[in-house]
Amino acid sequence: MIKAILIFNNHGKPRLIRFYQYFHQAAQDTSYCKAEDMQQQIIRETFHLVSKRDDNVCNFLEGGSLIGGSDYKLIYRHYATLYFVFCVDSSESELGILDLIQVFVETLDKCFENVCELDLIFHMDKVHYILQEVVMGGMVLETNMNEIVAQVEVQNRMEKSEGGLSAAPARAVSAVKNMNLPEIPRNINIGDINIKVPSLSPF
Amino acid sequence: MALKIVKGSIDRMFDKNLQDLVRGIRNHKEDEAKYISTCIDEIKQELKQDNIAVKANAVCKLTYLQMLGYDVSWAAFNIVEVMSSSKFTYKRIGYLAASQCFHENTDVIMLTTNQIRKDLSSPNQYDTGVALTGLSCFVTPDLARDLANDIMTLMSHTKPYIRKKAVLIMYKVFLKYPESLRPAFPRLKEKLEDPDPGVQSAAVNVICELARRNPKNYLSLAPLFFKLMTSSTNNWVLIKIIKLFGALTPLEPRLGKKLIEPLTNLIHSTSAMSLLYECVNTVIAVLISLSSGMPNHSASIQLCVQKLRILIEDSDQNLKYLGLLAMSKILKTHPKSVQSHKDLILQCLDDKDESIRLRALDLLYGMVSKKNLMEIVKKLMIHVDKAEGTTYRDELLTKIIDICSQSNYQYITNFEWYISILVELTRLEGTRHGHLIASQMLDVAIRVKAIRVFAVAQMATLLDNAHLLTGNMQRNGICEVLYAAAWICGEFSEHLENPVQTLEAMLRPKVATLPGHIQAVYVQNAAKLFATILKNQEGNTDSTAAQETSQMMIDRLPLFVQSANLEVQERASCILQLVKYIQKLQQKDVEVAEEVSALFAGELNPVAPKAQKKVPVPEGLDLDAWINEPPSESESEDEQPKAIFTKEEPKHSRPRHTEVDEKELARRREARKQEQANNPFYIKASPSSQKVYQEAPGVEHIPVVQIDLSVPLKVPGLPMSDQYVKLEEERRQKERAEKKKKEKKKRKEKRSGRGKKHDSGPESEEDITPAHVVDIVTEEMPENALPSDDDDKDPNDPHKALDIDLDKPLADSEKLPVRSHRAAGAPKSSAEDGEAENATPQEPKKKSSKEKRDKKKDKERDRKRSKEEKKKKKHKHEEKEEDLLGGQAEEPVVQSEEMKEVEAQPTSTSAEVSDLDFWLSNAPVPSNTQEAATVAEAAPAPEAPAGTAADSEPEEPKDTETEESSSKHKKKKQKKEKEEKEKKKKKKHHHHHHHSDGGGEESVQNGTVEEEEPLPPMSNYCLLAENSYIKMMMEDADQVCDIQGNLQDGSQVVVSVIFENKSDSFLKSMEFNVLDSLNSKLQRPEGSGPHDGLTVPFQLPPGVSNEARFVFTVQSIVMPQKLKGTLTFIVKNEDSSTHEKLDFKLHFTCTSYLITTPCYSDAFAKLLESGDLKSSSVRLEGVNMPFHHLLARICFHHHFSVVERIDSCASMYSRSIQGHHVCLLVKTSGQTVSIDAKCDEPTLLGNVLDEIKQTFSQC
Repeated sequence: MIKAILIFNNHGKPRLIRFYQYFHQAAQDTSYCKAEDMQQQIIRETFHLVSKRDDNVCNFLEGGSLIGGSDYKLIYRHYATLYFVFCVDSSESELGILDLIQVFVETLDKCFENVCELDLIFHMDKVHYILQEVVMGGMVLETNMNEIVAQVEVQNRMEKSEGGLSAAPARAVSAVKNMNLPEIPRNINIGDINIKVPSLSPF
Repeated sequence: MALKIVKGSIDRMFDKNLQDLVRGIRNHKEDEAKYISTCIDEIKQELKQDNIAVKANAVCKLTYLQMLGYDVSWAAFNIVEVMSSSKFTYKRIGYLAASQCFHENTDVIMLTTNQIRKDLSSPNQYDTGVALTGLSCFVTPDLARDLANDIMTLMSHTKPYIRKKAVLIMYKVFLKYPESLRPAFPRLKEKLEDPDPGVQSAAVNVICELARRNPKNYLSLAPLFFKLMTSSTNNWVLIKIIKLFGALTPLEPRLGKKLIEPLTNLIHSTSAMSLLYECVNTVIAVLISLSSGMPNHSASIQLCVQKLRILIEDSDQNLKYLGLLAMSKILKTHPKSVQSHKDLILQCLDDKDESIRLRALDLLYGMVSKKNLMEIVKKLMIHVDKAEGTTYRDELLTKIIDICSQSNYQYITNFEWYISILVELTRLEGTRHGHLIASQMLDVAIRVKAIRVFAVAQMATLLDNAHLLTGNMQRNGICEVLYAAAWICGEFSEHLENPVQTLEAMLRPKVATLPGHIQAVYVQNAAKLFATILKNQEGNTDSTAAQETSQMMIDRLPLFVQSANLEVQERASCILQLVKYIQKLQQKDVEVAEEVSALFAGELNPVAPKAQKKVPVPEGLDLDAWINEPPSESESEDEQPKAIFTKEEPKHSRPRHTEVDEKELARRREARKQEQANNPFYIKASPSSQKVYQEAPGVEHIPVVQIDLSVPLKVPGLPMSDQYVKLEEERRQKERAEKKKKEKKKRKEKRSGRGKKHDSGPESEEDITPAHVVDIVTEEMPENALPSDDDDKDPNDPHKALDIDLDKPLADSEKLPVRSHRAAGAPKSSAEDGEAENATPQEPKKKSSKEKRDKKKDKERDRKRSKEEKKKKKHKHEEKEEDLLGGQAEEPVVQSEEMKEVEAQPTSTSAEVSDLDFWLSNAPVPSNTQEAATVAEAAPAPEAPAGTAADSEPEEPKDTETEESSSKHKKKKQKKEKEEKEKKKKKKHHHHHHHSDGGGEESVQNGTVEEEEPLPPMSNYCLLAENSYIKMMMEDADQVCDIQGNLQDGSQVVVSVIFENKSDSFLKSMEFNVLDSLNSKLQRPEGSGPHDGLTVPFQLPPGVSNEARFVFTVQSIVMPQKLKGTLTFIVKNEDSSTHEKLDFKLHFTCTSYLITTPCYSDAFAKLLESGDLKSSSVRLEGVNMPFHHLLARICFHHHFSVVERIDSCASMYSRSIQGHHVCLLVKTSGQTVSIDAKCDEPTLLGNVLDEIKQTFSQC
């Protein structure tokens, strides 16, 4: 089972979080802790663990104290500015999950056409929808990239045919809205952030 | 109005969407929190609007804020609203938000049940998919129970996309609702062989998750998985299966033998590292399971170790890590084969990657022996010095202690060395593990009696140099060690060389800076030391030394009396007074030493960690009972200040403690001893009967170890363990030399006999004897402790509930609850509902009333089922005489026809078990695995006749009939048969049927009409159409009114049709089509024309039946409707396939538009008084049935609920899907029933009454 999937950037800012288990209590003290706070703690701890590791060390990490237990493992990959971290238990194959991350990122790359951190920042919902076609309820649903992309596209088309969330008039107005902003925040000091997807040999 | 809309849409244009929100947050980096809080306010405004698009947008933004850590649970209800939108775009947003922030305690979840059910049965596969995905994240026990059957139906959906999601989510359903596992398992198993690889992989995934926790229940699937393993090419599936085998093989060693060959082949052939690695892992598991039985697998071990070595030597850090991980598994059973790679592992200790170093450390744990322990620890100590990060260093420290203390210090031959290692470890700066070192010191000093002298000496130096440890605030963690040091010096003070010096060290002013609990131990042990010193000095003629010691105590102790720590203060003042008293006696030249040391007499023995838990609770003791009634809260508040108050003036109350005279003390001691003798918790001084080790020698008999004084004991903080290593080596050499001498002698003696083979090469483990007799005292346990090994199990493990035997035949009581559309009017339950209704406000929310209705239905179903049961029994008795298969009559009738597998299982259970045996035993030599696989395939064949027999059996005509059923129309009887089957299909867990079996049967047979007489079974399923191939049964339409009434969705009617294959051929490509009328339309998926048929989402193997649901939209409900339809399907035989067609007519009665709605009598009275209702009445003659049967029939067939019942008069209520109220007043006298009815729609009322009349004319 996959317990959680976290994507955050080099500074620990979350870009996507997906918990498949309900973490709501701090491990050490018994005082009640809200799910959201717990999730943020887990993100911080995970970032702390992952960020201090060199790029040329192994991609596995014994679980942190919060996402507890010896049965858990953090399996992560670091692409450009983003960390993709999967927290899994012992029923998952370590190399298999590494490959799954690769499949996921390649799928993102296909769906967003040269995915970069900005895509994830502004389209968190879309990333979620893609992830939903890969992992469901903590279990691997599909590993075939073409199948995933096909399903995502059909659903996007459905959304389009319904007019989408923000239909045309709203988009026209967004230019007006932007006038109120001090600057058009299109390129905010993020340099070359394209996630370069290295071609890895299939596992 | 129009203006309002325009205004709304303009407002909307200025609403932020998700991108705007993100952009805004990025633009307000300095005051992000403030900006977000204004955004949340905006969102709250947006959520208040009626426009669902605005709401969806707001919910989408909330999902983003949730990720940033903002609590959005306040919007849970809005999320549900968005979920229930009919547009996919919004629905998807709603489900995403729900899956991110709903959890088991979210109370609005219970409102979603019907919405999710509706989405699950949606004709659009993506609606279903989104609902499944969402549900997988927030499924609760209630949802699981209510939706299990719907999800199970989806497992046979036509679209593989839905099938695989449905299969995966079943795992979550099992976890939350374990009762569903057994009924669902046959179908899950079926999916292992699904044509779609995705579905197959999902099924493997689920079964692997299940089997991982409770492997023994899945052993019978081994042949099937074996077949998959040898045939599948999907690495994902292979990995999962191989992992599963790893879990199964410990339970069945024969399985392991069978696996080795194909796994070895895979290891040699695969290029995928992940697969190779998992194969190696499973081979290791196999070898572990075989380790006792089969000696000849060294080749496989070698292969594994070799492959792992290659992995470890790989430049890829990931492979290196995994190689070490797998290596540690081999280590457990085959340590020798790993130990030869010690070089490699020690090399990994130097790796730059911490994960790898940690794994290598784990390996070291198993690689130590008596021989190499010192060497390995020495190496680790070097690493400790080099380590930079404190975490890694702490890890090293714990590992050193783990390695040394493992299995009761098995590998330590020289405890002086170990103590000095511990002392060295105290030099670590900033370690968190001070307490760990301390507890090791205590443990060793207590349990290894022979080491006490040495330990005490070391601890005394530690105490003397305590400033080194405490000098730096950063070293705080380590000062815990002083706790152990002080205690050891005090407890075993008789071994101290210079007790006065130690006492002086313990009473230094600096001690007052230590943490309180350590100071307390200092004070207490200073007293122990003092007692020892007195005892030593008593013999001397000169008493000044003793008096000086007393004076020192009196001088120094006041410092502790002033301590802020209560414990320290209490102990110090107690002891201070004692010492003062002793001093007085000393001045009078009274000998006090004896009495003072008696204060601390007795010896402490170690207690097993579980000892306390294992003390059996004495009979008659209720631990949960209150001893005193708990005080009320207000009282406890009053008490608190008192506790603070006593702290302020402790000195006044203290002195009287010391005024107790010696006699009193002695008396108390005696009493205490008595008490202790009877107290099972107290550790007695006398050696326990359970000591396994040799008689503990008295203190005076402890062999005094000669300590080589070349070891600089007095210099703390200097590595000295090395010296011990050298000493130990010398000692060993000496020993060896002696042994050789002895052997030589022996050899000389034996020379006349055969030649001695013993080689004097490297010493074996056993040759190394400990430096001195290590007297490890075993832990004590209470006398009557019960041996048990279930201590480690977690009672909260959700998987425990899934430990279910899957091979047992499915009992009737275990079937999944199916949504039932009938509601027999049980007066009691409706009254309950009425009350519940009363509690809720006047206008109850549609949803909640629906919930209640569901619950009520459940209850009623339970009741009905129990009646059903009796009925069945009776049938069975009759059949027995007629039945050709008399012997089987008991079983198959109970089984559902729908699931062939379930049915086949009872007859084949034993066969299957023996299959496994056969499969396993048939191939003792791994070389003929191929053959075995084919055998496995062929094996199910013998089951087939039994299965078909079971299938055909219910079709047998039933000639003998009961009185009642014979009076009925032939068709009706058939229907009843069917309906029984239907009922059986509804797998509902219920509790009543066991005790209702016996008595009920009689009451039916003698036909007496009693109040308790069970209702005859009823069903709304009626035969729709039938031909030689297929039988269609329709359930009288069932209504689902959209939960969100305000959404433009019209009234919907769901029709459940059961398709039953009566032929021996396979039926597929079934298409269901209905000619739409102006009023009623079949809902078709988007994009299909008005005349297109709907594909039935399953195929029917021979003898199988399945249920499909079709949704109709209805405009007007006042008139009954008839719709013509056709079912086309392909009949597939072995050689040919033909296209067939079956016409049918769907009859929507007005009754079918009524929803059972409970109504409270007050509301009912108001409704009647309002005068809006038109009335009508009908008289039924010749109704020959008890009144409660009559009511039940009306409730059941016509969806009414009983509002009130007085004798032979009852008021009933129902509501149509479009909100018409229908009220009935039913009166009976003799055989005449009169029904007065009122309704706000006269046409509807007329039709309903006609239908009621018809129902009763039929019987």
